[in-house]
Amino acid sequence: MAHEHKLAIFKGSLKFKSNIQKIWGVFILLSIVTVVEVALGIVKPEFLTGTKFLAMKLLNWIFIILTLVKAYYITWDFMHMRDEKSSLRRAVIWTAVFLICYLVLILLIEGDYIYEVYRNNYIKFNF
Amino acid sequence: MEATVVKTGTEGKTWGGGNRPLRASYGKLMMWFFIVSDALTFSGFLASYGFSRFKFIDAWPIADEVFTHFPFLHGVEAPMYYVALMTFILIFSSVTMVLAVDAGHKMQKNKVILYMFLTILGGIAFVGSQAWEWATFIKGDYGAVETKGGRILQFLNTEGERVAIADFATNIPGARESHAESNGVWYKQEATQTTYTFEEVKAGFLANDEILIRTQYLNEAGEPTVLSREESINKLTNDGALVVEGANLRHNEYGHPLFADFFFFITGFHGFHVFSGVIINIIIFFNVILGTYERRGSYEMVEKVGLYWHFVDLVWVFVFTFFYLV
Repeated sequence: MAHEHKLAIFKGSLKFKSNIQKIWGVFILLSIVTVVEVALGIVKPEFLTGTKFLAMKLLNWIFIILTLVKAYYITWDFMHMRDEKSSLRRAVIWTAVFLICYLVLILLIEGDYIYEVYRNNYIKFNF
Repeated sequence: MEATVVKTGTEGKTWGGGNRPLRASYGKLMMWFFIVSDALTFSGFLASYGFSRFKFIDAWPIADEVFTHFPFLHGVEAPMYYVALMTFILIFSSVTMVLAVDAGHKMQKNKVILYMFLTILGGIAFVGSQAWEWATFIKGDYGAVETKGGRILQFLNTEGERVAIADFATNIPGARESHAESNGVWYKQEATQTTYTFEEVKAGFLANDEILIRTQYLNEAGEPTVLSREESINKLTNDGALVVEGANLRHNEYGHPLFADFFFFITGFHGFHVFSGVIINIIIFFNVILGTYERRGSYEMVEKVGLYWHFVDLVWVFVFTFFYLV
């Protein structure tokens, strides 16, 4: 219960003096990330929506990566995953990440296939 | 006596029980197990949202055209601002929760009470905001026409701005009367009627040369296709079937009905989590006030409910991205 908190984030490059300071630091970080996301969502810069990487707009890649960054800091610092034993951390994170990636991959490929069927074959939705 | 006592002879050894290989208490571990399974439930929902979206990728509604309202700002286009505010409310209530956990570690009862109270307020504010978002979404803005095939046709003026059906629909007296009890011996209550019938919208559309139709199909630039006046007339007279105002589980004026279904289901399920989180927080809050954890000598219960609360925040981060941003 009264175990020690690890007070450094960014691989040790940013150290906080107390746990409370770290909480506020993480809050500022999460706020900045959210503000960037919302600003990009409103402005939608041309060079990010126009370019595609692996069949997805660059802007969407940025959104997803920033979401994962936020998820990391919520889990690691708010849910104290940073202070847990690595065996607990791996049991939780690897299980969830593996199953979710698998599910998303399967369903998105299937969805894309059905889209192709509607578009190129005789089944039409447009009437 | 000696013969009835069951002993394994492993007490104090690794397999004798009582040791905690993950250095987490039973309760905390079970909370993590629950969170993993709940995370899989939510990712099931979000993945099926992705499935349906990929299935209709060329005709999916654009979220920042759907959620453009902000309380007390009527007629102002404010995409994303409201949902960004909701995100901040939830992140901030997460911060107060983690401060409560921190105060609990230091056995500072009064600070735990204060921070738990702020967390509960944040949770209530979030659920309230979500109710407003739902109400706005259900009510709708402009209205649209649904085709026989279930596709949505929206109306634009020649400048490319959206036009509400109320602005051009002609009033045909007696075109449609809602069946009332006074009108017949046989009375069966019927579904809510839209403000204008399809015939009224069609007549108004044909009389008004300035109005064009926008389909849901996205062009190369990723914007919905706008038809020419002739194509619009053809489309509406041949395919139009009924008027849609707002959104429910069957019809959705913003686009594909599945968009509304997933919106209601995923944000509803998340809102239900926030709601139950608030209830659990209130129970723990009163336990803290009564001094239960002070006597127990440990505020670990606050930490456990905190885990759940942060998880709810974590889910919202993903819902925010996949519903509103991407």
